Amino acid sequence: MNTTLLESVTTRANHLIDPGLAIWGWQITVYLFLGGMVAGILSLSALLELRHGKPSSPIFRTAPFVALGILSLGMGALFLDLEYPFHVWRFYTRFQLASPMSWGSWILVAVYPAAFVFGLGSLDDSGRSFVRSWVPKNLEGLYDRVEKHAIERRREILTGVFFIGLGLGVYTGLLLGTMAARLQWNSALLGPLFLVSGLSTGAAFLLLTGLHEEERKRIVRWDVNAIGTELVLILLMLIGFGYGTESARFAASNFLGGPYTPVFWSLVVVLGLVVPLLMEAVEAKRHLPFTLVTPALVLVGGLALRAILLAAGQDSAFRLIP
Amino acid sequence: MSASKKRYAMTVDTRTCVGCKACVLACKSENDVPDGFCRDWIVEEVRGEFPDLSAEIRSERCNHCSDAPCVSVCPTGASNIAEGGVVLVTHGKCTGCKACIAGCPYDARYVHPKGYVDKCTFCLHRVQKGLQPACVGVCPTGTLTLGDRNDPASAVSQILRKRKSKVNHPESGADPNVFFLV
Repeated sequence: MNTTLLESVTTRANHLIDPGLAIWGWQITVYLFLGGMVAGILSLSALLELRHGKPSSPIFRTAPFVALGILSLGMGALFLDLEYPFHVWRFYTRFQLASPMSWGSWILVAVYPAAFVFGLGSLDDSGRSFVRSWVPKNLEGLYDRVEKHAIERRREILTGVFFIGLGLGVYTGLLLGTMAARLQWNSALLGPLFLVSGLSTGAAFLLLTGLHEEERKRIVRWDVNAIGTELVLILLMLIGFGYGTESARFAASNFLGGPYTPVFWSLVVVLGLVVPLLMEAVEAKRHLPFTLVTPALVLVGGLALRAILLAAGQDSAFRLIP
Repeated sequence: MSASKKRYAMTVDTRTCVGCKACVLACKSENDVPDGFCRDWIVEEVRGEFPDLSAEIRSERCNHCSDAPCVSVCPTGASNIAEGGVVLVTHGKCTGCKACIAGCPYDARYVHPKGYVDKCTFCLHRVQKGLQPACVGVCPTGTLTLGDRNDPASAVSQILRKRKSKVNHPESGADPNVFFLV
C-alpha cells in the first residue's frame, strides 16, 4: 500500500490550466443553455404540429425563426470562446467521427436550413411574401421552389426538424460526457440529461410567450414529463457516480457533500425542477391561473445546471484524487 | 501496433532526478515557450509520516499517449499523431476551442498567447535529425532517456526491461508513454 501523501508540489503554473482548469467560462454556459433551449423549441413545436395539426398560438408562426435568432446568439458566445477565432472555418474542412464537437458543428449547420424551411411553412401568406421581398432577384426562382416544398412536404420537414432538434440537444451533453479526463463529466447520461433539460427550457420559453389555453396545457403536460425524466436522470447519474470507481466517487462527492452541493441542490434540483414540477401539477389539478413564475424558474434551473456542471467538470481531474 | 513501426517513449528515473529544473529551462529556450508557460515541469511528492518520509521527484510532460483522447476529441484534426506516435498540434488547423485541453488526463496542454494550443513535442524536430530532445540532452544526472519502444535494442527498451517502472494515472485508459523508473 502507498504511504500517505503529505505534500505534492509542482512547478507548473500554466494560465487557465493551474491550479484547476478554467478554459471554458460564461460563453460555453450560455451556448449550452441557448443551444439546448433551441433544440427544445424546434422539437416541441414540430411535435405539436405533427400530433395535433397546425398550432394556433401566435408564437408558432415565427418560432423557427426566433429559434434561429437565439441559436445565433449562442453561436456568437461560442465564437467569443475560441482562442483562434479566425480559424473558425476549420470546423468545416472535415468531419471527425470520434469528436462530438465535430458532430456538433455539422449539426449546427443542418439546423439553419431545416429551421428555415420549417419557418417558411409556419408563416401565413403575408409573412411569406414579406420574406420573399428580401430575396435577391436572381434567387427568386430558387426561393419559390424551396417555398413550394416547405408547404407541400410539411410532414417530412416536421419529422426532420424534430430529429435534428433531438440531435442538437443530445450532442451538447455528449460534448462534455465524452471527456474521460474530467471525472465530473464522465457519464453518457449527460446526453439525455441535457436533452430533456433542453426540451424543458424550450417548453418554458414557449410558455413565456403566452400560448392559447389548449396548447399551453399540452406543453405543460410535456414539460411535467420532461422535468420528471430530468429528476430521474440526475438520480441515475448520482447512483452511477456514487457506486462507481474512485474517480466516479470523486464526481459524486462534489454533489453529495462536496463544494458544489449547495448550489446544485438549491438552484438546479429544488428551484429549477422540484418547485416548477409541483407548481405545474398543482395548477393543473386545482385549475389555478397559470403564472410566468414556473417557466422562469425552469429557465434559471437550466442555466444553473449547465453552469454548475461546466465548473465542477473543470474542477475534476485524476491528479486531484489523493 | 506493428513491431516495425517506431513508438517513441521516455523514461524518467525518479531515483536520480534532483529537481534542478534544467529540463524545464532547456525546453523553454529550445521551443521558445512563452513567459509564464511550460511544456515540462517538476513534481515533488513527499509521503509518509515524520520522521519516516520518502520523497519522489518527477520531471513530467505530455505522455504522447498511444490512445490519445486529445486527438480523438479534436474537431479539426489539428491534434494529430505524427512520426513515432508523437502527439502534435498543427497550429494552422487549431481553432483554440480547447476540447483537447479538457480531454487531456494530464493537463499537459495550454493555450499559447498566439491562440493555438501548445504542448511538448518530444522535440521531434531534433529527434528527426538524430539529436536528443532538449530536456534529455541538458539533464545533468542522466535521468531522462528517449527512444523507440518497439526497438528491443534501444536504450529505452533496455531500461524498461531492467527497471521497475510506473506511469501516471494508468486508469485514464490513454496508454501513456512516459515511464517513471522507481
